[in-house]
Amino acid sequence: MELLLHQVLAGLATGGIYACLALALVMIYQAIDHLNFAQGEMAMFSTFIAWQLMELGTPYWIAFVVTLAISFVAGVLIDRVLFRPIHDAPILSHIVVFIALFGILNSLAGFIWDFNVKNFPTPFGSRPLLGSGLISSHDAGMIGVTILLLVFLYVFFRHTRIGLAMRAAAANPQSARLAGIRVGWMIALGWGMAAAIGAVAGMLIAPVVFLEPNMMTSVLLYGFAAAVVGGLTSPGGAVIGGFAVGIIENLAGTFIPYVGRELKLTIALFLIVAVLLVKPAGLFGRRVVSRV
Amino acid sequence: MKEDLALAHGLAARRLPFANLLAGWRPAAIAVGLVLIVLLPFVAKNFFIFQLTLALIYAIAILGLNLLTGFNGQFSLGHSAFYAIGAYTAAILMDQADMPYYWTLPAAGLVCLVSGFLFGLPALRLEGIYLALATFALAVAIPQLLKSTPLEPWTGGVQGVVIIKPDAPFGLPINSDQWLYFFTVAVAIVLYVCAINLVRSRTGRAIIAIRENPIAASAMGVNVSLYKSLTFGVSALYTGIAGALGAIAVQFVAPDSFTFFLSIALFVGLIVGGVGSIPGTLVGGLLVLFVPNIAEEVSKGLAGAVYGVILILVIYVMPSGAAGLARLLAGQFARLRR
Amino acid sequence: MSALLEIRGLCAFYGRTQVLFGLDLDVAEGGVTTLLGANGAGKTTTLRAVSGMLRTTGDIRFAGERIAGRAIEDIVRLGIAHAPEGRGTFVRQTVEENLQIGAMARSGRAAIAADMERVYGYFPRLKERRHQQAGTLSGGEQQMLAVGRALMLRPRLMLLDEPSFGLAPLIVRELFEIFRVLNRDEKVSMLLVEQNASLALDFADDVYLIETGRLVMTGPAQELRRDETVRRSYLGY
Repeated sequence: MELLLHQVLAGLATGGIYACLALALVMIYQAIDHLNFAQGEMAMFSTFIAWQLMELGTPYWIAFVVTLAISFVAGVLIDRVLFRPIHDAPILSHIVVFIALFGILNSLAGFIWDFNVKNFPTPFGSRPLLGSGLISSHDAGMIGVTILLLVFLYVFFRHTRIGLAMRAAAANPQSARLAGIRVGWMIALGWGMAAAIGAVAGMLIAPVVFLEPNMMTSVLLYGFAAAVVGGLTSPGGAVIGGFAVGIIENLAGTFIPYVGRELKLTIALFLIVAVLLVKPAGLFGRRVVSRV
Repeated sequence: MKEDLALAHGLAARRLPFANLLAGWRPAAIAVGLVLIVLLPFVAKNFFIFQLTLALIYAIAILGLNLLTGFNGQFSLGHSAFYAIGAYTAAILMDQADMPYYWTLPAAGLVCLVSGFLFGLPALRLEGIYLALATFALAVAIPQLLKSTPLEPWTGGVQGVVIIKPDAPFGLPINSDQWLYFFTVAVAIVLYVCAINLVRSRTGRAIIAIRENPIAASAMGVNVSLYKSLTFGVSALYTGIAGALGAIAVQFVAPDSFTFFLSIALFVGLIVGGVGSIPGTLVGGLLVLFVPNIAEEVSKGLAGAVYGVILILVIYVMPSGAAGLARLLAGQFARLRR
Repeated sequence: MSALLEIRGLCAFYGRTQVLFGLDLDVAEGGVTTLLGANGAGKTTTLRAVSGMLRTTGDIRFAGERIAGRAIEDIVRLGIAHAPEGRGTFVRQTVEENLQIGAMARSGRAAIAADMERVYGYFPRLKERRHQQAGTLSGGEQQMLAVGRALMLRPRLMLLDEPSFGLAPLIVRELFEIFRVLNRDEKVSMLLVEQNASLALDFADDVYLIETGRLVMTGPAQELRRDETVRRSYLGY
């Protein structure tokens, strides 16, 4: 029993990582109606920037805020410079550019900062939470920040005008223009926000998985799965999806005999697919009902 | 009278391109192409022939993906799985059952047809990004399964399986690289002709109709889920045969050669060649093979970045792939000739 | 006094295909102008051209200001609301959110809230369904929503693209009554594209007839209603 509890909590902790990245993915999906496969690499690059700032002597929280700002601007620039020229091209071509961005960021990071693993500090301390053996302070802090981000996004999208404008721009760009919404800038704003959220995710994840150019690859896979199973239109769903994926992954690894550890990812993913077969729009996704 | 003749000429000139394969310069071009194809292995170095063979193999794999994504509108990130299944089927049959290499191709094809169809039945209830995730799960699962301990007696686990490249039959005076090249070309021709016929047939039209408007298609009596699963199966068959050929060419199969990144490479090849274009897959195959090499030549340390930049430039120049560019140029050319 | 909307020599293009060939058209301040014509004549294209949705040459002026060639968002913000062909509903958002989106170019929470109540006043059925997903509404309700969304802009000019399309006659009558009220009481000028010619001729002040992208006849509605050719071709008697 204690092993189960321990694994569940460990799952929650890793799940927090996935949830954070899933939030960034859902954010960008809300803005541009498809997934940014380079989200993980953008987060990784932002984390390296923060690391570099701290190496030059900047205190943690200043580096944190500056990195957020740089990431936001970079996100906007990537949209305006890279994606605007092809906005008329078919969607599948956009995906190729996402893939290209992935390659560029990964390679560039390795070139500038090399592939050796680096330590990244945590603002929460690494001692167990309140002295208990259940969960470390950092993990708890990560879950807390993720939930805060979630609340922020929920309020932003459901209760602010600009959030609604962004949703409208993504849902029906032509109609949104006819309502006077500047669709191009809404999309750029979405990119900036997603980049900033990704940066937060990266800076929270790095203390756990250690900073190196490939740190986000498996996280991205799980984050993608989490976002989809939660329902791409629901930030809350993404977070719950993230925790669920973390727990499933941990339990599968520990309790399924013999192959559990080898096939962790496979089992987690197939469980997710099973969920989707029952609920095709994700656990909390809003089913779009449209009359034919 | 003269005006009538002129009118007839004008109408004839405005016929759709590709409508008549035997018109004008086309037979000559095909003949020249065939001669080049046949002569090439005797003038080029062995390694280059090997690379060309691989490029053609990738083209076949991309053709499989194209049947699914280009013509049926379904998004698959999982075709590396079928490539792997085809490759391992061939390798295991050759290694453990001593099957001659040419029988492994239909075997691999059959295994993939069935597994593709069975995977497609439930999976194709999902759409768009959700289907992408399901196929992605498949792509990630296969290498893990291939490495896993229960299957080791057959798959060789992480080490994989080694096989031997076949020699030319009937004692022909060509080496095994050259023979494999010709063999691949022959298989490719058969597969491509079948694909073209499929697309032009009634079945093909049903498949395309599903891509355009599934609700209208089903209202017209097309059994949408059956066709979708069948298309998935056929698409897997093509990629599986390519995998088998690939295994024979490389003489080696191992789980880490068939990761998710292969799926991405095939996908990129598809887009750059032109979604829904059968000749485009040849361009795609060349890209998958040669661009990573070019990128490494330019800069060892920044190979990934160079690859990414090349991809972006390619998309900017040809947003609808090579086929789209070809269409554009053909249109311009036609207008100049008028 | 110059007209609210003045179009001179308008040519419009979809890609390389030309669809409008030198149109001249006026909408008077506070007036209703209707554009009649067969399918594919270019009526919807004209509305789209005014909104800036396609490539044009020629002159379009709104309240004296040149709007040809400007971005859609900028034209809309000058006070031109477009209820497009196909309704343009935001299917994933609720009815109320759809209306809020319509007011996105405005500021002033109290004024916007008041306008929303007014729209609900005109269309009580929308009020009943205010928290329902807009994609589940019927065709008629989505049309009302499109008009409501346009109204939330507090426009000076409304571009209405086939508002009667696919609606039951009773609903169409309700809708046009509301148009009358809007035009009369709130002084909203309208450029109306309609296939239902008798409906349009009853409602409009001025009529323009389009055929394959060219103007073939124009005049006050009372005159054209009695014209022999118009009666034969468009009214069926």
